[in-house]
Amino acid sequence: MTAKAAMRKQFTLNPAALEQLFSVLESHDFQIVGPTIRNGTIQYDYIKGCKELPSGWTSEQERASCRLKRRKDDALFGYVPGADSLKRFLHPPELRLFRAERENGVFRILDNPAPAPKLAFVGVRSCELRALSILDRVLAEDRYPDAAYVAARRRIFIVAVNCTEPAPTCFCTSMGGGPEAGGGFDLLLTEIVSDNQHVFVAEAGTSEGSGVLAVLNPGEVTKEIMAALHEAMDRSKAAFKREVATEGLRELLYESFDHPQWDRVAAQCFLCANCTMVCPTCFCVTVEDSTDVPVRRAERWRKWDSCFTQNFSYIHGGSVRLSPKSRYRQWLTHKMAAWVDQFGTFGCVGCGRCITWCPAGIDVTEQIAALRGTAAPAASDGAG
Amino acid sequence: METQTLVGTLAKHPFLVGMLPHHVDRLASMAFEVKFKQDEFIFREGDESGFFYLLLSGKVALEVQAPARTFRIQVVGEGEELGWSSLLSPARKCFQARCLEPVIALAFDGVRLRGACDADSEFGYCLMKNVLGVVAERLQATRLQLLDVFKPVGSKMI
Amino acid sequence: MTAASVMTPLAARVARVDKETHDTFTLAMESGNGVDLPRFRPGQFSMLYLFGAGELPISISGDPEKPGELVYTVRSVGQVTYALVTRKPGDSVGVRGPFGTQWPLASARGRDILIVAGGIGLAPLRPAIYHILRQRGDYGRLVLLYGARGPRDLLYKKELSAWSYLPDTQVLTTVDYGGVNWRGHVGVVTTLFRFIRLQPGQTTAFICGPELMMRYVVRELETRGMPAGHIHLSMERNMKCAVGFCGHCQMGPHFICKDGPIFPYPEMRPWLDRYEL
Repeated sequence: MTAKAAMRKQFTLNPAALEQLFSVLESHDFQIVGPTIRNGTIQYDYIKGCKELPSGWTSEQERASCRLKRRKDDALFGYVPGADSLKRFLHPPELRLFRAERENGVFRILDNPAPAPKLAFVGVRSCELRALSILDRVLAEDRYPDAAYVAARRRIFIVAVNCTEPAPTCFCTSMGGGPEAGGGFDLLLTEIVSDNQHVFVAEAGTSEGSGVLAVLNPGEVTKEIMAALHEAMDRSKAAFKREVATEGLRELLYESFDHPQWDRVAAQCFLCANCTMVCPTCFCVTVEDSTDVPVRRAERWRKWDSCFTQNFSYIHGGSVRLSPKSRYRQWLTHKMAAWVDQFGTFGCVGCGRCITWCPAGIDVTEQIAALRGTAAPAASDGAG
Repeated sequence: METQTLVGTLAKHPFLVGMLPHHVDRLASMAFEVKFKQDEFIFREGDESGFFYLLLSGKVALEVQAPARTFRIQVVGEGEELGWSSLLSPARKCFQARCLEPVIALAFDGVRLRGACDADSEFGYCLMKNVLGVVAERLQATRLQLLDVFKPVGSKMI
Repeated sequence: MTAASVMTPLAARVARVDKETHDTFTLAMESGNGVDLPRFRPGQFSMLYLFGAGELPISISGDPEKPGELVYTVRSVGQVTYALVTRKPGDSVGVRGPFGTQWPLASARGRDILIVAGGIGLAPLRPAIYHILRQRGDYGRLVLLYGARGPRDLLYKKELSAWSYLPDTQVLTTVDYGGVNWRGHVGVVTTLFRFIRLQPGQTTAFICGPELMMRYVVRELETRGMPAGHIHLSMERNMKCAVGFCGHCQMGPHFICKDGPIFPYPEMRPWLDRYEL
């Protein structure tokens, strides 16, 4: 925890106060996005109240596998994040860039006000906060800001939750993070749930967060609660199973251009692009144009794209990256090497989504270990 | 051309760069100046390989003719070489050499050159080394040409 | 908010369409709705939007000192380019940009300039040539080596001829395949190096053409002793946004759209020879 975080004043909230938090946010015109059970998984969606949180549920994740599972307690945030991250809401899969209409060969761009809704995200993990700061660097803080992202980003409220339930696929601790949220939230909760108590330790990260917290009549933190909090976090930190050695990783990737491991991983990869869709920092998009039949109206849409597709690198004459191996290599090398040159950090926060959601069971941490020569080449053990 | 002028002209030609003075002298003793008019053919396809030329001025196109078409493969000019195949054992020309401009060149009889090379292998080695340089350069350029880098590969041409 | 976005094109008006070759046309755009067209720097490109059909990165090929007009030379090789070159004066074409880096004309002041262009690659170099000719005293010798597939593919023939008569200026053109009526040079562009006097230490080279051609030209220049830092290349990759959001144009750590398209050769050297990078 940073010194600044350590200085934040901590309070307690009971589950009822959490219900009130939803009302307060809604009264400030926020639409609430939080974890909820949909299609047999826990994922982010628009929710109305605490009752839609996955109380008493968690998900078991491993490579190529995600299963809902009943918990022994009624924890609201005892789940492991699902496939989608905040990216889906702030950098949406499809966005209309503009509409235009034409008459006699002359067209005009129609005003296309896309009102950015005020979104309050509940249950945001530390890895997602770090992913958001990476997206900020790419889409808001570079030479050209992405207007849609900036407008949406400006109007969000974040209720973060310290991660007490890392999945076996997680490796955020390797990527400069950890289960505790360091910053970038308005409110931070830590859920403490045991046989005899269910309470949240809350702290504000911004003045807006303080304002909201004050309305919830928080209680004082007792020594016992602090002890339980530390115990919960210590247990969390001890639960990580995967890791990546990041020292010299950028150089390793650049120097591994001709490594035989790319052929091995390409033999497994389906080029399905799942990893790029679920990645909370993968930002690539394409654009699509459409018209009506008399070609009087046109629209231009922006859609998520993936470096795993053949068209991604198309130039006059053909695609630059034809082979599967070149596409996997591009993805991993961008994440772990080029991103450092471009934006000053890795493009990976270690959330493990690409491991869970790869139908071929490819594990990015194993791939890196294989490139380092510190592990046997990724075999397909346990691969879905 | 006077012998001295010939030696001077020869020594300045890029083909002879790095050659020893007595080799230049030997070449000069075999050289004679030739002039061709615009559109004149220096040789034609099928001719016996006769002369090796060092071009002093003007441009020469290497072409091959097919029914209703002439393919122009390469243009060589001042400071370049023409007819290097005459340095090898007798063969027939695969291309025709057409002057695009009035041309002045130094000509060498291939048979005499070959004879000189056989008689003095040191001279022969130096000459052949430079010829190999020319041939390698031509081969390289031809390979690049084969890549046809400007070829349109799009879906639709108008 | 999208109105102010860099992703929204400005509807410009086609002022002229000139046929350059059998498949290549030059379009001049002017302001379409009272909004001034932006100025550009030599080497930059725009995204040209065809109503409902799509958008393409196209280099600006006009005179940077001629405000109010943006000129593009487009080779018709696909659906969108075909639609572009068949526009009529008065039609709208959407313009975003200009984007990207420029030829380093300021740092090249006082030096000889060697321009090597292949095919349509002459288009983004023409603004630099206009600049150099206008500020003639600021530069030493100007040598232009230009290669195309055949005589009928040569762009800007009249201008090439006019430039060749200017003092301290050498213009050499060559074609890969010549017909019998072509009196000029036949052979790849690297074969022209024999005919120029290159002072490697005081020359800055600007190169634009197919990537293969540029690789061979750079090799030739290095063999002739040109320091890598004075060689500049204009690169091409797939682009959907031109501002670094779409991710398509990455080449190693570089975004061709915003870090390029013009790069000093040393920045490109580690990536140029890597197949499927």
